[in-house]
Amino acid sequence: MSLIKVTGLNHRYGERAILENINLSVDRGEVFALIGPTGAGKTTLLRIIDLLEVPSAGEIYVDGRCIPRSGKQRLEIRRRMSFIHQKPQVFNLSVYDNVACGLRWRGEEKDRIAGKVDRILEMVGLEGYKNRNARTLSGGEAQRVALARSLVLEPEVLLLDEPTANLDPVSTAKIEQLISYVARQRNTTMIMATHDMSQGQQLADRIGVLLDGRLVQTGNATDIFRSPQNEEVAHFVGMENIIEGIIIANNEGIATVNIGGNAIQTVSSYPVGKEVYACIRPEDITLALSSTQSSARNSFQAKVTQVTYLGPLSRVEINCGFRLIALVTKISAEDLNLQVGREVYATFKATGVHIMGKEIS
Amino acid sequence: MEIWGGLTKAIELLISLDPEVMEIAGRSLRISGTACLLASLICLPLGSLIHFHHFRGKRVLINIIQTLFSVPTVVVGLFVFVLISRAGPLGGLGIMFTPTAMVIGQMILITPLLLGLTISALSGVSKEVVDTATSLGASGFQTVLLVLREARYAVLAAVIMGFGRAISEVGCALMIGGNFKGSTRVLTTATYLETGKGELELAIALGIILLFLALIINIVLNRLQQR
Repeated sequence: MSLIKVTGLNHRYGERAILENINLSVDRGEVFALIGPTGAGKTTLLRIIDLLEVPSAGEIYVDGRCIPRSGKQRLEIRRRMSFIHQKPQVFNLSVYDNVACGLRWRGEEKDRIAGKVDRILEMVGLEGYKNRNARTLSGGEAQRVALARSLVLEPEVLLLDEPTANLDPVSTAKIEQLISYVARQRNTTMIMATHDMSQGQQLADRIGVLLDGRLVQTGNATDIFRSPQNEEVAHFVGMENIIEGIIIANNEGIATVNIGGNAIQTVSSYPVGKEVYACIRPEDITLALSSTQSSARNSFQAKVTQVTYLGPLSRVEINCGFRLIALVTKISAEDLNLQVGREVYATFKATGVHIMGKEIS
Repeated sequence: MEIWGGLTKAIELLISLDPEVMEIAGRSLRISGTACLLASLICLPLGSLIHFHHFRGKRVLINIIQTLFSVPTVVVGLFVFVLISRAGPLGGLGIMFTPTAMVIGQMILITPLLLGLTISALSGVSKEVVDTATSLGASGFQTVLLVLREARYAVLAAVIMGFGRAISEVGCALMIGGNFKGSTRVLTTATYLETGKGELELAIALGIILLFLALIINIVLNRLQQR
């Protein structure tokens, strides 16, 4: 049975719909990532699950029990969860008091609180900060205090709202380590909102894509990143190449798609005549100076139209009758002497193409 | 000339711990301190109650409270006078011209100030603090306590302001205290009396002592804040 279940959830502020018909269930011990752009409703959904807000419609079940819309039971359930907010809001108290407050509110004994707080501060690497006022800490340190304050409660469910937004890469890595440590060691159920897809991919067992208040697709990382359900999701998960085409042949699952006069081989069960989008991740396209023999079914001669350097990677825009974007390492971009006007061969596998049926609207 | 004389006289009275001056100063502190304490005991919970609840007319209520910040001391004096005079509704208590009456008067005087400043102190605590506390499992009451604690400096400032207004007012103390030597004479009423008698040096000395007391209290409270 799922630990948390949300059914038919709708939420609106005044006239504006924030969440529409959300159905979601998360199993005990599962790490679930909600990904979506800013303003998609991730925070609101987490707040509703944490019982901070009452949804306009819909039910929330915890352990199979339906949560009432008001009353004492909400506090009881809320005390089994803990929420890490996007902006760490530390109280104007010492680090120790910050971390201890949740335990005090639960009526724990003083000695036990002291032991637990010491242990958790050590775990997040803040053992020397006990008596510092938490307001004087840096952003990364404050976020670790917030994390310690939640983890010390040993919650059954940990809700995280963009836990590493606004943090530098070192602090981000520390927080991510802590999160995955807790997920593994304590088997804590987590629901984490993030707009950072790699974070979702790295930490989560399952991912849900929230776009414009609707949970558009849920699945494991491979499903979401390789086989997005529609154009919106494809765009969001970084499918830079989304090309319109039409199926012109299908031979036992190996389909040929006509893209403006070019035929590409793909794997799809759509019938001949179906209008589709062909999606190719830019990192799945390899560039070479000569047409090489390989198992890849698609190889096109192309001209480089633009090269952008993105740190260790280069984003190469090519024209092979249709526009394609490829990501290559900076070293291979230099080896191939990629610059505008250069002739290259672009190659990608049939299995590297994800076919989405065009929605008839 | 008089100011200089007043200064030396004040120092003289302070150093020699003049018994009458000490008694008057002590009474001032006691009466205004009690008034301030009682008003705080009412205003902190009441202010929290108003801040944390949404009801119709809340804005209007806060506006009224803020208007009453500047209620004239003589108006409060008159109001309490009518209340506790022999023929008044509380006449039976027989507390006219007693320190008790003065405490009640000053309490009424500073209640709007303390209430209004408590509410604005609490409003200074961000909504996120409340949310964070709630999601960490605080009950409604525990959240209120935390928010009060978060706002402690602003709340303390409110209490200091209230005490300052109480100890420095003269209208109410005079009208319902009566300025009786040995029972209801306080620093402000004594200053008023000595000025009337032409004893300017003593009046100035008393005024300076009043300022000095305010200074000490502010320093002590500031120290507390910085802890």
